[in-house]
Amino acid sequence: MWILLLVPFVGLLWVPFYNFQEPALFGFPFFYWYQLAWVPISSVLVWLVYRSRAPDEAP
Amino acid sequence: MADQIDWTALAIFLFFFILVTVMGFFAARWKSGPVSEHLDEWGLGGRQFGTWITWFLVGGDFYTAYTVIAVPALVYAVGAYGFFALPYTIIVYPFVFAVMPVLWKVAHRNGHVTAADVVHGTYNSRGLELAVAVTGMIATMPYIALQLIGMGVVIKAMGLTGELPIIAAFIILALYTYNSGLRAPALIAFVKDIMIYIVVLVAVVVVPAKLGGYGAVFSAANDAFTAKGGATGLTLKPSQMLPYASLALGSALAAFMYPHTLTGIFASKSADTIRKNAILLPAYTLLLGLIALLGYMAYAAGVKVSSPNDVVPVLFKVLFPSWFAGFAFAAIAIGALVPAAVMSIGAANLFTRNVWKSYINPGISHAGEAAVAKIASLVVKLGALIFTLFLPVQYALDLQLLGGLWILQTFPALVFGLFTRWFRAEGLLLGWAIGIGWGSWTAWSNGLKPLASIDLGGASYVFYVGLGALILNIGVAALATVVIGLISPRSATARS
Repeated sequence: MWILLLVPFVGLLWVPFYNFQEPALFGFPFFYWYQLAWVPISSVLVWLVYRSRAPDEAP
Repeated sequence: MADQIDWTALAIFLFFFILVTVMGFFAARWKSGPVSEHLDEWGLGGRQFGTWITWFLVGGDFYTAYTVIAVPALVYAVGAYGFFALPYTIIVYPFVFAVMPVLWKVAHRNGHVTAADVVHGTYNSRGLELAVAVTGMIATMPYIALQLIGMGVVIKAMGLTGELPIIAAFIILALYTYNSGLRAPALIAFVKDIMIYIVVLVAVVVVPAKLGGYGAVFSAANDAFTAKGGATGLTLKPSQMLPYASLALGSALAAFMYPHTLTGIFASKSADTIRKNAILLPAYTLLLGLIALLGYMAYAAGVKVSSPNDVVPVLFKVLFPSWFAGFAFAAIAIGALVPAAVMSIGAANLFTRNVWKSYINPGISHAGEAAVAKIASLVVKLGALIFTLFLPVQYALDLQLLGGLWILQTFPALVFGLFTRWFRAEGLLLGWAIGIGWGSWTAWSNGLKPLASIDLGGASYVFYVGLGALILNIGVAALATVVIGLISPRSATARS
């Protein structure tokens, strides 16, 4: 599951994936809504890893 | 910029400013502990902040007032390239999730207060400890100065001139930080963040509605960049892609090496608090992405400014009634107080633990540590104030840029030791020195631009100099570790 943490790095650091204007969404060029969409996606990915891991031993 | 004072805006501004000032002084009693008796109390708020307080504190501390001014300014000036702050503040959280809970556990188990404490605990090297501490203190100073500059921009927008308002705001900040420690910014962060959320949500709904929707906003910006030419536009030029990605990655790795962000980590109640925050903090990133778009909205609103830093205040003045502009300016100015307070506390903790205690008075009591840190926080802030008043703004920007590069060079010393004991302290120290030396020299010789270029196989690659310096740093540290391992036996320095 920890591999999921690397997915946002790939999705956002490989700029040729998203460096164009079309298709636009609600007036936002692709470049912008694609990166904004990664905010909730990354949160969900981190949450999935959080859920799958064993809880901490008592502090 | 208007020259006369906008009284409505100023009255609203003062109301909120006074409100948070009172809160700052009363914060000493909040979740009360003996603030002057232990550095854990003054400098880490008692190590008891749960998920929500940490969310507000780190959010208020990492997304600074300067961000609200500078990110839209850069987007206004160059377009897509200014958006690197968005991928940067997304990828930082998977990193925080994986690394910071481990760091918290080490710090909690050993009573560490600073990054340099952790490094000393891991490697038992005074040299490496001092390197990390000094880097942290120096990188923080221009960052505090930038917060003051951000505050100055909105004060100027209300028609107040001169340096007195900034000095007054700063004295207030210094006094309640001295009095209440980390509890003050933690409490004020609630007010500040709620205000910023209101301002930005109103702006991103109302402004496009007034200007004809987001389609119109983007096309106005596109027209402006087409007319302007050069390396600007709604998407990146091919030559900007590697700089964009490397700036995002380098900034993300550097972000939680700063004393102010680490203070937020060390002050949290548990490792789980930090993990939950890695899931919840991206809400601020969404906000940041929308704030960045204010730079484009300025084109649609026909705002023209000579200094890009004025773009947000002028946009608010043009589009909003005075009272809401005053509210927005108060949000930004208060937004400067939270990070400035946490930064000075982080730097003061470093000075107390890793300079004063390590070199001047090793036998210092807990109450003594708190007393030294309180004085140190005043000195740090005074330094930043003098910086702001007497040196050109450009110096603060340049030093902030170099500060990011320098703080990134503490990454191997702090993070690698959490996962492996393979690296040797001498190797890490050498890597740190060469990373800082090469990075500073390269940035300096390129006219203090954050980019360096390298020629490989006939092609030229341009990238963020801090990331290049980090790679060099790690390479040198690894090589030196191997060499030292051949010369002297492992057990001589390793402590486990």
